[in-house]
Amino acid sequence: MNGTAHSLVLHRTHCLLLASGALFVPEADLLCVADLHLGRSERAARRGGPLLPPYETRATLERLEEAVALAKPATVVALGDSFDDDAAAHALDPGDRARLLALAEGRRWVWVAGNHDPGSMGAVPEWRGAGLVFRHEARAGAEAGEVSGHFHPKAACPGLRGRRPCFVTDGRRLILPAFGAYTGGLDTADPDLRALFADRAIAVLTGHRALAVPLPPARRCGAGG
Amino acid sequence: MLAHAGERAVLLVAPTGAGKTLAGFLPSLIDLASGGREGLHTLYVSPLKALAADIRRNLLAPVEELGLPVRVEDRTGDTPQAARRRQRAEPPHILLTTPESLALLLSHEDAPHLFAGLQRVVVDEIHALAESKRGDQLFLLLSRLEALAPGFRRVGLSATVEDPEAMGRCLAPAPRDATIVRAPSGAEPDLSMMSRRPPPWAGGAALHAIPEVLDLVRAHRCTLVFHNTRAQAELFFHHLWMQNDEGLPIAIHHGSLAREQRQAVEAAMQRGELRAVVCTGTLDMGLDWGEVDLVIQMGAPKYVKRLVQRIGRANHRAGGRSRAVLVPAHRFEVIECVCAIEAAREGDLDGQTRGPGPLDVLCQHILIRACSGPFAADDLYAEVRTAGPYRDLPRADFDACLDFCATGGYALRAYDRWRRLVEHDGLWRLRDPRSARRIRMNLGTIEDKGTLKVRLRGSQAPLGEVEEYFASTLSPGDTFLIGGQIVRFESLREASVEVSRRRDREPRVPAFGGGKFPTSVALTRRILGLIEDRSAWVRLPRHTAEWLDLQARISRLPAWDRLLIETFPAEGRWHAALWGFAGWNAHQTLGLLLTRRMEAEGLDPLGFVATDHALLISGLRPVEAPARLLEPEGLRDGFEGWLAGNAVMKRTFRGVATIAGLIERQMPGLRRTGRQATFSSDILYDTLQRYDPGHLLLRVTREEAQRGLVDWGRIEEMLARVGPRIDHVRLTRVPPLAAPLLLERGRVPVEGRGRERLAEEAAARLLEEAGLDAL
Repeated sequence: MNGTAHSLVLHRTHCLLLASGALFVPEADLLCVADLHLGRSERAARRGGPLLPPYETRATLERLEEAVALAKPATVVALGDSFDDDAAAHALDPGDRARLLALAEGRRWVWVAGNHDPGSMGAVPEWRGAGLVFRHEARAGAEAGEVSGHFHPKAACPGLRGRRPCFVTDGRRLILPAFGAYTGGLDTADPDLRALFADRAIAVLTGHRALAVPLPPARRCGAGG
Repeated sequence: MLAHAGERAVLLVAPTGAGKTLAGFLPSLIDLASGGREGLHTLYVSPLKALAADIRRNLLAPVEELGLPVRVEDRTGDTPQAARRRQRAEPPHILLTTPESLALLLSHEDAPHLFAGLQRVVVDEIHALAESKRGDQLFLLLSRLEALAPGFRRVGLSATVEDPEAMGRCLAPAPRDATIVRAPSGAEPDLSMMSRRPPPWAGGAALHAIPEVLDLVRAHRCTLVFHNTRAQAELFFHHLWMQNDEGLPIAIHHGSLAREQRQAVEAAMQRGELRAVVCTGTLDMGLDWGEVDLVIQMGAPKYVKRLVQRIGRANHRAGGRSRAVLVPAHRFEVIECVCAIEAAREGDLDGQTRGPGPLDVLCQHILIRACSGPFAADDLYAEVRTAGPYRDLPRADFDACLDFCATGGYALRAYDRWRRLVEHDGLWRLRDPRSARRIRMNLGTIEDKGTLKVRLRGSQAPLGEVEEYFASTLSPGDTFLIGGQIVRFESLREASVEVSRRRDREPRVPAFGGGKFPTSVALTRRILGLIEDRSAWVRLPRHTAEWLDLQARISRLPAWDRLLIETFPAEGRWHAALWGFAGWNAHQTLGLLLTRRMEAEGLDPLGFVATDHALLISGLRPVEAPARLLEPEGLRDGFEGWLAGNAVMKRTFRGVATIAGLIERQMPGLRRTGRQATFSSDILYDTLQRYDPGHLLLRVTREEAQRGLVDWGRIEEMLARVGPRIDHVRLTRVPPLAAPLLLERGRVPVEGRGRERLAEEAAARLLEEAGLDAL
């Protein structure tokens, strides 16, 4: 482990959880990112909300460009909520659109549909490859090898200030952190999120280095009460 | 008061509760007594909801006794919807409200109709409002009222302040000034310092004084025990009860307790059931408690003005003599308490001049104006310049705020398609009228500090609040103090902290933000004056005079126009004590800047402690040339670079962005759908820094942080008064004055390069312990 990635076997597939928040699957030459939420500020403004700084698409694309330039994957899977809504996908700034197309050029690009962007860019509800199944939101009781996003998990580590976006996995299923610039987070202790994993599970924090920490076991009903 | 009834603006300055509130209403009651009037005649604005309700009761008594045809109602955040609607349709003659509720009233389209007949506005506790953005907002709202009801009379009611003329300029419609009326001050207060035993060398909660405090409580009818911070109040209250063997009825009151709990304490106080209340600034003003006959100030008061206002809480009924006892929490505070008492006796009040009205509040005001209907930019600019704090507002600043409200004010203009305000035929209006609802829900300038409610497991009633940051440091099983009780942290649920009543460990004290003011410049000057003047030491207790004498013999005494720097070894480290006397915030900033420079020069700083009077930097190597580190140019350059990425800036930005309407406070129903929907304002701050560094809100944030938490102004002030007169004293052992600094809590670690690696090691250890390192 050189710090920029955490290496693990998910179900039967070797995976690299990158410090950038993207997943790389070497045997399939595949890069996967979740929850880009492009066009978030545009959507907020369109709906009469606050006028957020309109730079998140640029910031997210810059990070995505870096990740793609490093991995040079044959396939990219965007794991849903790539756009903050379907209209945001159409309202994408021409410059940003050109950057996105340039990124996709010469490689296969799979848009998985999310709850925010169910109908954009011919997105598919789920996609299978490299022995894994990619869908936006984890399903209770799903088969082993499920890769998903949606929750925007975040966790803390002793010695680091605040919480950071993180991967969560128990070796059967993997949830990715949100890759988008304007995304909040859900603590890994959240019962809905925690319940998706076995007792023995880890969070891999993103940032300069990928940092694995154990996930506290789920609180059992009645314990301590 | 009646003599001035016809004047445009009158500021009545009188000690707390000298009957000035009723005096403020007298002209209104006389006006209204003749009857036959319709509509709103007088508006009363106070900073506290409770005060509005209380004044209503007090006003209703004479109104009913005399059978006056006057309707009096209050309107605050607690007023039910139905009553609010009725009030707008059929306004009372006298309406009692808060700045936030007034902002809401003025944001409606019927505001011109509602306020057309307004004759008088009474602003209570104006000194408290004027210290914060709530005051700036109120004065802007008065400028709006001036446009709706030209010429109405303004009355401000203020406690004793150092510069009534400046406050009068806030109240009066600019360019006018207010007439100042000073009520005669009552009997000279009886002020003393508790000095039977010397206080400890360091610490803040003055726990050593609990037996004496209990003696004082026993000897009086009712005592208010003031603390400077909530954390100290909690700690003191907890220990007080452990020694309160006879079970004297003593309660606690501060801003982080649940409203119900505070109200219960206030009610018990009014029924005369309590012998003492341990409290913070929340009781600096408000309801008149005639029973209080003693005020105890725990710790140095930091501001003479605040001390005087607190003293006024005791015995102010019927011109009695107020009694107050100051309790220094540590040795240095003995000097500070002596100086504060002398200043209070001489009426030598201190204060901080507030700069011009902040632009984030102006942005909100523009949005409020837009909600109530279309407006012309020129008209609104002229109008806001009649608000005292904005009397010198440059047009360019106004235009930048208007642009921010309309388009977000970004350098990237592609955003023109999505505007909040649009201009048609010279009039600005909301693009989407529905956005008025969202704007209204986010009105007000009271800072939302990101707190979480604390609840007992299985109960809905909150015990109080703690800051999110503190909550994030808790692990299940940790115990902490809230409302004087020890609770055990169980879990974090739905944005609240679940606790149980178990107590198996030494409790921690929650971190409450705010309340930690630096000592005022004027008081600092007095302190240094006393230290420099050996003949004045007779005014100090012997133990403290001897301490100073020892310092003079071993090292040197600090002075106003010199900077004393002592370097010495202790406990295997090298230390540098800088006696800057620039206040806690400025020393903290200086500590961050200097340790950065030291890190760059390979001096291996490990951390520092900032107090109000000094900065102590500890490291592995001695500082040989401190004067060079303090060279202003280099310091300033470092400051600019450091400031941008600073956590204090991010915190300040959150407040500014919320007030200006960039970030919305929690929308109802949003919490349910999951917290991943909301993201931290830090992200917006970083994004703006990177892509739009010239943005208006970054400018406002920078200016505010430099005045407030960063306090760069006081560093500059210190460097200017000190000039080249830096005295570097090299010692082989700990000098007397600096010794307590080694005991101070709140050491700030220097975040060197190794931090991430340390975290990695910790993480690897945890994984291994959990047997998860194979996963």
